[in-house]
Amino acid sequence: MIEAVGLTKSYGKTLAVDNLSFSVPTGRVTGFLGPNGAGKSTTMRMILGLDTPTGGSALIDGKRYRDLHQPLRTVGALLDAKWVHPNRSARAHLQWLARSNQLPAKRVDEVLEIVGLTAVANKRAGGFSLGMSQRLGIAAALLGDPQVLLFDEPVNGLDPEGILWIRKFMHRLAEEGRTVFVSSHLLSEMALTAQELVVIGRGKLISQSSTEDFVAQATENTVRVRGPQLAALRSALGQAGVSIRDEGESLVVSGMDCADIGELAARTQTVLHELSPQRGSLEEAFMQLTGDSVEYHTEIADGPTPATLVPAGK
Amino acid sequence: MTLLAVERIKLFTTRSPWWCTLIALVLTIGFGALMAGTSEENIAPLTIAATQFGYTFGLVVVMVMAALAITTEYRFSTIRATFLAVPNRPTALIAKATVVAVLAAIVGEIAAFGSWGIARLMKPNVDLAINTAYEWRAVAGVGLVYGISAVVAVAVGVLLRHSAGAIAVLLIWNQLVEPLVQLIPKVGDDIHKWLPFNVANKLITGNPDPSTRDVLQGPPPSDAVLGPWPALAAFAGFAVVLFGIALVVANRRDA
Amino acid sequence: MTTLLATERIKLFTTRSPWWSAFLALGLTIGFAGLVALNHNGGPLRVEHSQFGIQFGLMVVTVMAALAITTEYRFATIRATFQAVPNRTSALLAKTTVVAVLAAVIGEVAAFGSWATVKVIDGGGPELAITTGADWRMVAGAGLVFGIAAVIAVAVGTLVRQSAGAISILLIWPLLVENLVQLIPGAGDDIHNWMPFTVAGRFLNGPGPDAPLSAWGSLFYFAAVAAVLLLAAITAVNKRDA
Ligand SMILES: Nc1ncnc2c1ncn2[C@@H]1O[C@H](COP(=O)(O)OP(=O)(O)O)[C@@H](O)[C@H]1O
Ligand SMILES: [Mg+2]
Repeated sequence: MIEAVGLTKSYGKTLAVDNLSFSVPTGRVTGFLGPNGAGKSTTMRMILGLDTPTGGSALIDGKRYRDLHQPLRTVGALLDAKWVHPNRSARAHLQWLARSNQLPAKRVDEVLEIVGLTAVANKRAGGFSLGMSQRLGIAAALLGDPQVLLFDEPVNGLDPEGILWIRKFMHRLAEEGRTVFVSSHLLSEMALTAQELVVIGRGKLISQSSTEDFVAQATENTVRVRGPQLAALRSALGQAGVSIRDEGESLVVSGMDCADIGELAARTQTVLHELSPQRGSLEEAFMQLTGDSVEYHTEIADGPTPATLVPAGK
Repeated sequence: MTLLAVERIKLFTTRSPWWCTLIALVLTIGFGALMAGTSEENIAPLTIAATQFGYTFGLVVVMVMAALAITTEYRFSTIRATFLAVPNRPTALIAKATVVAVLAAIVGEIAAFGSWGIARLMKPNVDLAINTAYEWRAVAGVGLVYGISAVVAVAVGVLLRHSAGAIAVLLIWNQLVEPLVQLIPKVGDDIHKWLPFNVANKLITGNPDPSTRDVLQGPPPSDAVLGPWPALAAFAGFAVVLFGIALVVANRRDA
Repeated sequence: MTTLLATERIKLFTTRSPWWSAFLALGLTIGFAGLVALNHNGGPLRVEHSQFGIQFGLMVVTVMAALAITTEYRFATIRATFQAVPNRTSALLAKTTVVAVLAAVIGEVAAFGSWATVKVIDGGGPELAITTGADWRMVAGAGLVFGIAAVIAVAVGTLVRQSAGAISILLIWPLLVENLVQLIPGAGDDIHNWMPFTVAGRFLNGPGPDAPLSAWGSLFYFAAVAAVLLLAAITAVNKRDA
């Protein structure tokens, strides 16, 4: 369980994280979603005690990171795969980490095995491809067999195989009952990986909910209608007050479902060649949500709290 | 010409040249001011040479700047972008060395005349007019030495490709190896006479007119056997040879 | 603390820098001693002749010690370090200790190696024997000076967080600043008398009649300067974002 309360961080004039509160539940994969520069990495650094918050706090199982005894046994994290001395071997990198938290030396070989780096364990980390570095970072995160895991954009720059591997890996970790907190700027990726979503934009919370609810809420539901003569139907729809968009031969209707449109078509005696529900693009919806999140928030400042903007899931 | 412009843009769009320039000027001129402020007629009279005591400060900082100009390219792999844009590597490196050397020379002139100027301001009663050839060399020569030293530093930077290594080699050579060599019995002094920075120092400290100053009232005089201008030529020759080696190496190596 | 020391030991020795710096420090120092011995004529060689090159080793070790911390910042492994050891004071103290011990060992090997080299080349009369307290300080004392200098280097490296800057400061200060201040008319000598590396040199070479501190007092002063800088570094590291 990770809990952020009123977390705030400013770098000079830049307000990177702004009064951010959320919680990451145990035993699930929680996605941390926001466009580039939203403040995800900064938040993760504050959770790990690397950056000192300007205000608020982040607690892991009720404790500040700095107060954890042998923290690698509680929290494993991969913030940046390049945080390795390029002239040190993968094994040496894990060895010193293991030693610092009094983890048995054989654990190094175990995690190398888990991430599939045994064959290159004695090679310089500087020569690793991004995928290999990422695996080394995950090995480091797993060293202390921690209950809580943080990953910052772990699939960035990986090939499809690597992405799939990481996604499965996250699921496995959550199935083992661990708390997994993983950030991304891609909603499509998070929709596949995460069960819960914490969404931020420009340092502020936009929503916390289950992924399902967020996706349902975020994507616009439309219906595509195609037929030889749609004029009558179009005016009937117009009278019903729904919005209509022309897309080539067909109409895209939002604000009315297939059943109601079908009834309307029967009443106006329109021949239909197609009547199909459409899901809007996730990314489009996400961009709309976060793109101008500041404006979004001034709008709701005296209205409901951000968390209820999108109804909390479950 | 285009290449010079390219290298000028590259140099001035990073922060380290600005910092180094500032530090070089502050240290050198500041030391000049200190010397002028604390000078006293009969114990430590202020002379033109004495205003230039701090010139080695600027020299080492300028060499650090010059080395960084190339080693940071290796560190951030922008050297690859450079060689993609200008596949003729010697040309690219010559352009860089030229720009860095010119900047270093300008810093040297400002540092030297700045030190001299501040001393004049602080002690208007002391005669600090630059008259003799020696006095001109002692002040204006600083820029020449800085410029050529910058070429040496760029060459070392190209050869080592590593900031820490290049800086350590340059500073330890300049400030430790050359003076310590004198401690070797018998041959030490003979070797020292031909070491490059000692030779360069001859331009600034060599051939003083004994009627104008005590030899010791200025930067320690060089014991190089060449005259001031041949000494500068020898130093330039050393820089050219070292830079030539760097060009050959850079051409052969993978970028 | 032993765990942290072991951690830092692994970190230091799994990069190449301690190896090449040990190699360079010993090569330059002992090599210089060899040159001195080979070219010597006239008068017997004394212990001090064998230690002429010790400053080479000192400067190389200083660079090594600064790099031990600045490379952590450069490659952001400092974050991995503080993630594993959130108590930054302990982490930095452990690193400083390991680096200082290595520096001290290099110093001892360099000093005794130089002395032994001269002895082997020259045969060595009674003047070359290490007998008096001053002789012992000059040779065995090198390790102490190297170790304390390494503490200064780690502290400066921590404060500056940048290899080029830290190395420039650490080389320009003892080689140039400490010497040039002497030139300041009037106050120059008094300032010079309290310059840390100058004072450390008096511990090795004897304080001389005008020195304000005794030999051991000089070493203590040098150590105090290192302690103050280390304290500043610890304060900075706890205040700053990693
Ligand atoms: N160390 C820092 N110093 C100054 N600004 C920073 C620093 N770290 C992050 N920022 C700024 O804070 C904002 C959030 O950055 P970041 O947390 O990296 O976003 P994300 O990880 O979501 O892409 C950005 O505007 C970034 O420029
Ligand atoms: Mg980020």
